Amino acid sequence: MIEFKNVSKIYQTKSGTVPAVQNVSLKINTDEVFGIIGFSGAGKSTLVRMMNGLETPTSGELSINGKRNDNLSKKQLREQRRKIGMIFQHFNLLWSRTVLENIMFPLELTGMSKSERVKKATHLAELVGLGERINAYPSQLSGGQKQRVGIARALANDPAILISDEATSALDPQTTDEVLDLLARIKSKLKLTIVIITHEMHVIRRLADRVAVMENGHVIEEGTVAKVFTRPEQELTRKFVNTETDTGPDEDVKPVISELLQKYPEGQLLQLKFHGDQVKMPIVSEMLHQFPDLQLSILQGSVRQLQDGSGSIGSLFVQLVGNEKDIKGALEFLRTMRVETEVYKHE
Amino acid sequence: MNNQGLSTYFKFSSVNWNNMWGATWETLWMTVVSVVLVAIFGILLGLLLYETTGSNNIVIRGLNTLVALFVNVFRSIPFIILIVLLLPVTQTLVGTQIGPKAALPSLIFSAAPFYARLVELAFHEVDGGVVEAAESMGANKWQLIYKVLIPESMPALTSGITVTAISLIGYTAMAGAIGAGGLGQLAYTDGFQAYNNAITFTATIIIVVIVFIFQFLGDFAVRHLDKR
Ligand SMILES: Nc1ncnc2c1ncn2[C@@H]1O[C@H](COP(=O)(O)OP(=O)(O)OP(=O)(O)O)[C@@H](O)[C@H]1O
Ligand SMILES: [Mg+2]
Repeated sequence: MIEFKNVSKIYQTKSGTVPAVQNVSLKINTDEVFGIIGFSGAGKSTLVRMMNGLETPTSGELSINGKRNDNLSKKQLREQRRKIGMIFQHFNLLWSRTVLENIMFPLELTGMSKSERVKKATHLAELVGLGERINAYPSQLSGGQKQRVGIARALANDPAILISDEATSALDPQTTDEVLDLLARIKSKLKLTIVIITHEMHVIRRLADRVAVMENGHVIEEGTVAKVFTRPEQELTRKFVNTETDTGPDEDVKPVISELLQKYPEGQLLQLKFHGDQVKMPIVSEMLHQFPDLQLSILQGSVRQLQDGSGSIGSLFVQLVGNEKDIKGALEFLRTMRVETEVYKHE
Repeated sequence: MNNQGLSTYFKFSSVNWNNMWGATWETLWMTVVSVVLVAIFGILLGLLLYETTGSNNIVIRGLNTLVALFVNVFRSIPFIILIVLLLPVTQTLVGTQIGPKAALPSLIFSAAPFYARLVELAFHEVDGGVVEAAESMGANKWQLIYKVLIPESMPALTSGITVTAISLIGYTAMAGAIGAGGLGQLAYTDGFQAYNNAITFTATIIIVVIVFIFQFLGDFAVRHLDKR
């Protein structure tokens, strides 16, 4: 468990003091994916960079698994850093090294033998889907591929913690989704704590178990993603949630729903919301494949782009008719696919 | 006076080729040995400048000022004066004041500070994010230097040493005028003082060819090193 106790970081600059992080207390559980969201300058990077000693707190305590982390000796700090992988917005790969050599970099630092290094790095390159490109230089890769190398490199020393600081912010929406898929795969395949910084709610929703919202150095809201999404307490949180889930003003949707409920009195009326790449995926047909006894009719559907161009949102009204067990299973399937589902009951 | 006309440039029959090749060899020797030593000292000095820049520690800041002063002073002394100035130092270090070996101390003292500045600049141009990434992976100072700073700045270090090598070739010629040997001395004594324009002309051509070769090698190396 990573624990921040009343941590503050105040920078002294020529133009005055900058309180980047203020009195933050936070617990990040082992093996969970913890998201930190906030606008630029909120203090997200400063906060997580304390975990691997790239910044030291001005006051407060930071401990990892009960051990104080903010007063390590240089040598202890280096040991500690090997257990924390980090990926960056601008990838920070060494241009002078090939994909394989970049992934081997952290292994060289620990003095692993050459043959073991190559073996492990090759395996990691395959894990991130770059098995064919191990001899390419970063300049020959796309942004998404570079970030895959970054991820493989961060995983090289089998870290207990993976920090992702805006890892997808420099990528286009589609590449973002690819990288997020990879992180999701890592999450399910490896046992490690992942801390994700982002300013896109979409990223949080795809990956995180819990989330903290930061503003002006403070954590203003914290909780499970489900809770924060459904019952945001702070204005800023609502803003983030809205950019993500709004498929149109409620007033537009309500009459549609009541109309649909009247027209189709049988079965379940569902509204499915698809985000990003989900729009293009055959989720619904896969669902029917798994539950062949269900009958589904599509009542209405739409796809719209988000204002900031960060992706598209699809909305689909469907009617499900079938036995209770199948319907429950289908809803569960949609949940695992992370499709947001709303069930409208008949009065 | 040396006024026998332009055709004398081409009286190659009056060139003693044995002496010419001997002098060429001396020039090459002085250049190569000094380039290697300048590269070593320049990188060390440049590293010292880089590492001590912007520190909060008063001792380190003092060290930075001192090294920077040393570098700036030696960079601003005209080479021909530096040779004369360093004659006693040369005598102590090498045991003689004439010959190619005796040229080395002044060549190094004048070129290493110049290269050190280029090295410092090259290190500062390494992406800070990459340095930070290496730190976040637990690299220590030495690993940072030889696994990140030097490889990531290799093209700049190489083009820097190419420029330095070319000015060193010029310096060896100047050193030749006061007894270091090489093509500079040959052009001066056997060419200028003996009114033999063909020797001066031939020495010039060989020096130009040497410069071109160094430039070509340098450019070639940079092209192959730069994977950006
Ligand atoms: N080294 C520093 N010196 C002075 N001020 C700093 C330093 N690093 C960060 N800050 C300031 O601290 C505040 C928080 O910065 P931080 O980088 O943590 O924000 P962030 O939430 O990560 O923002 P972004 O989304 O832009 O990355 C900002 O006002 C920033 O200007
Ligand atoms: Mg940041």
